[in-house]
Amino acid sequence: MIEAITENGERREMTINMGPQHPSTHGVLRLELVLDGEVITRVKPHIGYLHRCFEKYAEKMDDYAKVIPYTDRMDYVSAMNQEHGYVVAIERMLELEVPERVEYIRVIMAELQRIASHLLGIGAFGLDLGAFTPFLYLFTEREKILDIFEKASGARLLYNYMAVAGLMRDVHPEFKEEVSDFVKTFRPKIKELDDLLSYNQIFIKRTANIGVLPDKVALNYAASGPVLRGSGVKWDLRKNDPYSIYDRFEFEIPVGSGEMGTLGDCWDRYIVRVREMEQSLRIIEQAVDGMPDEGDVMAAIPKRIRPKEGELYARTESPRGELGYYIVSDKSASPFRVKARAPSFVHLSMLPAISSGALIADMVAIVGSIDIVLGEVDR
Amino acid sequence: MTHYILNISPVAILVHAAIPLTIILVYALVAIWAERKVAGFIQDRLGPMRVGGWHGWAQSIADLLKLIQKEDIIPTDASRFLFKFAPFMMFAASYAAFAVIPFSSSYIGSNINIGVFYLLAVTSVLTLSIIMAGWASNNKWSLLGGMRSAAQMVSYEIPTIATVLTVIVVTGSLNLMTITEMQSGNDILGFLPNWFIFQNPFLIVAFVIFFISILAESHRVPFDLPESESELVAGYQTEYSGMRWAMFMLAEYADMLLLSLLGATLFFGGWNSPFGDFMSGPFWSFFWFMLKGLLLVFVMMWIRWTLPRYRVDQLMHICWSILIPLSFINLVLVALWEVIF
Amino acid sequence: MVSAFKNSWITFKSIFTGMGVTIRHFFGPSVTLQYPDERAVLPKDTRAKLYVNIDDCIGCNLCARACPVNCIDIETVVATSDVDLGKTSTGNPKRFWLTRFDIDMAKCMYCDLCVHPCPTFCIYMVPEYEYSEYDRTNLIYHFSNLEPAMVAEVKEKAEKEAAEKQRQREEMMRKKAEEAKIKQMEAKKKAEENNSGENDAQSSKPENGDP
Ligand code: SF4
Ligand code: SF4
Repeated sequence: MIEAITENGERREMTINMGPQHPSTHGVLRLELVLDGEVITRVKPHIGYLHRCFEKYAEKMDDYAKVIPYTDRMDYVSAMNQEHGYVVAIERMLELEVPERVEYIRVIMAELQRIASHLLGIGAFGLDLGAFTPFLYLFTEREKILDIFEKASGARLLYNYMAVAGLMRDVHPEFKEEVSDFVKTFRPKIKELDDLLSYNQIFIKRTANIGVLPDKVALNYAASGPVLRGSGVKWDLRKNDPYSIYDRFEFEIPVGSGEMGTLGDCWDRYIVRVREMEQSLRIIEQAVDGMPDEGDVMAAIPKRIRPKEGELYARTESPRGELGYYIVSDKSASPFRVKARAPSFVHLSMLPAISSGALIADMVAIVGSIDIVLGEVDR
Repeated sequence: MTHYILNISPVAILVHAAIPLTIILVYALVAIWAERKVAGFIQDRLGPMRVGGWHGWAQSIADLLKLIQKEDIIPTDASRFLFKFAPFMMFAASYAAFAVIPFSSSYIGSNINIGVFYLLAVTSVLTLSIIMAGWASNNKWSLLGGMRSAAQMVSYEIPTIATVLTVIVVTGSLNLMTITEMQSGNDILGFLPNWFIFQNPFLIVAFVIFFISILAESHRVPFDLPESESELVAGYQTEYSGMRWAMFMLAEYADMLLLSLLGATLFFGGWNSPFGDFMSGPFWSFFWFMLKGLLLVFVMMWIRWTLPRYRVDQLMHICWSILIPLSFINLVLVALWEVIF
Repeated sequence: MVSAFKNSWITFKSIFTGMGVTIRHFFGPSVTLQYPDERAVLPKDTRAKLYVNIDDCIGCNLCARACPVNCIDIETVVATSDVDLGKTSTGNPKRFWLTRFDIDMAKCMYCDLCVHPCPTFCIYMVPEYEYSEYDRTNLIYHFSNLEPAMVAEVKEKAEKEAAEKQRQREEMMRKKAEEAKIKQMEAKKKAEENNSGENDAQSSKPENGDP
């Protein structure tokens, strides 16, 4: 270990700001690192550079539906999942039945979005470690998903596609075909990713045994999603607390196994995401088979939604983990309070716990492996 | 053919200086463009396409013009002299080393007997200029980059030198021209050229070690730690802009070419044609030599756009506990082979 | 020693596998579009820019109210009774002059929420995405097709008519009030008559015509 020692024998440490304009902080995160040589002794994340008052805005809206575009903008990488979480919450408040077809389309969209989000997440992770090319290969695949979304919803990133009790518009006629085509062409790409990145020895060297998150610590921090599963805990809200129609599908929950090093290291978190994409493909296939061809995409609801007085917490599995909406209604048309439980925020708070003693290069790997989206952290 | 610099007229000195410089400059413009093209093709893109017509061939020239126009920014607290001087020193170091490279069967800048030794000595000045740049910028990222590169280059010089020594064990000469001349002819198995890489199985190992070491010496992926953009922003180049930054770029590409050409000379027969006497002669030998060098450069680019990078301690580990022992064992084995056969 | 060799072998193998993948892509086709020369074909209902078919707009303000960021600014003036603004292509009668219909595309977040409530389907997104501007105010699109003079005129007319209406209404109110008063008085009288009628029915009669 490198130690800088002054003449009087005390250790000299260097404080350095990583971010907010650093190439690999995934947006505008600032990490205050205290370095001893290249070894990190303390790390302190500073957030809030992207704060856009989501919760306050939501209270100001005079319609529950108007909040949906704002949920898109929280985690802009997986907008469909954010919307899904929100509409599920509101529908539970209203005790609403949603048409069958809508549920299927929603699930397909949410799973496609999960794949798209993971593609970006692992691509950027590789990029942080210096592998530029896989990032662009994965982006090519992501573009295909976005093309499907664009055809269905009209937008490529922030869809505002799911509405309370339905969808903003019906999918295009070729939707099913396109989705199955994508599933078919995407499977071999995962193999290619394995060749290029997942099982590349340099990549493994950079990620195995780094940023180890033991399952106890993960549970204590209330981690969720791939970060928790990377530590070997089988917990997936799609299975453990099914919402929408996830109980109808057959899929597995991939968990980390410490294959390349220690359980819960960066590689485990990474590989969980890769395997999750395969499982999402399975869900999509089943959903495409089960999706009714005809049917309404909007249930009959009053023009202005006025849920009963009360409060509700609904959680869904977003690509980053447990996305919860806590909604309080005072019977008026505008929400009294909307709080979002953002998984990225929770995961970012674990950073000091798992990264002391790491090198700067490891810091980059750890931040990449927990796959945060700053829009969601700051909201 | 041994010259002493004082015996040559000033005009000759200028001409001798201008030839490698032209080669470097033309090569750098082409290589920077080619690197972007290679990156583009590998990543299913096309790379620069707009400047100059065919596949954006004039992109580097346009970039150069842009860089010349840029403001020359020197940070307030930087050590001004060192900051300004470092890029030029870096370029001077790699440029000076070209003096002993035998570009063609009839051209070498200075045909001195200690060519290899001179080359290795001069290129180690590179380290110094990088530390200088890192320190003088008064930026923490630059400092970290500078320190990393110092450690890296000092370490990787050892396996480089040890593998170069293996070749010298075979040739018994430090003169690069002589080393090249010893590789002419096509005698191995009746058709293979007499290149050292084919002469001796241990020299293949030597070449692999040599190639890994020059990747590290010229800061290419997977050993591009001093300027790893996702960790250290841009390492020692963080505070540089405009032409000074361009000098770094130029020096880096020149260094890459230099080490590739050295590899071509030592292992792939230098300017010798692969077809014996066919297509030989001063011009063709230059062509073959550059072709070999550029192929190695292409492989470096190919590797760069494939692999992630190592971590700083892993880099040191590879060098000190794998490459150095291996290269010395290999040296002994090559020597034994030479004695036995 | 053996394991070291095995490790190096695995490392080299994985590196070569990776290089195999990249060289395949090197010779493979490119997937990008050369943008200004080639353009992607967007689906027809891509949300890229708002367009209002102002001839069909009935000025109901529903779109502006649906917008979460208030980037639609509508000002309407009631059409005077002497003009007939006609009907929209969907058959809804138009009753308002649209003196202002501005959409600030710099503020708009392309959420599509304004499109759905429109009763005449006259506000919608078009797949046109190349409209960058150097000045942000150029991104405010004015959809109203009334000339400023016309605006002034219709405003004046509307004001006049409104004033007229107001007057009429006041008149009516007054009349109503008077009538009410009269009725009241009559009722009072009747009551009085009833009360006094038994005693002196004749005495109250002359008061009838009194103002
Ligand atoms: S698209 Fe959304 S933000 Fe834009 S004008 Fe319509 S409602 Fe407002
Ligand atoms: S909703 Fe339609 S008709 Fe009503 S004001 Fe807006 S554009 Fe006009």
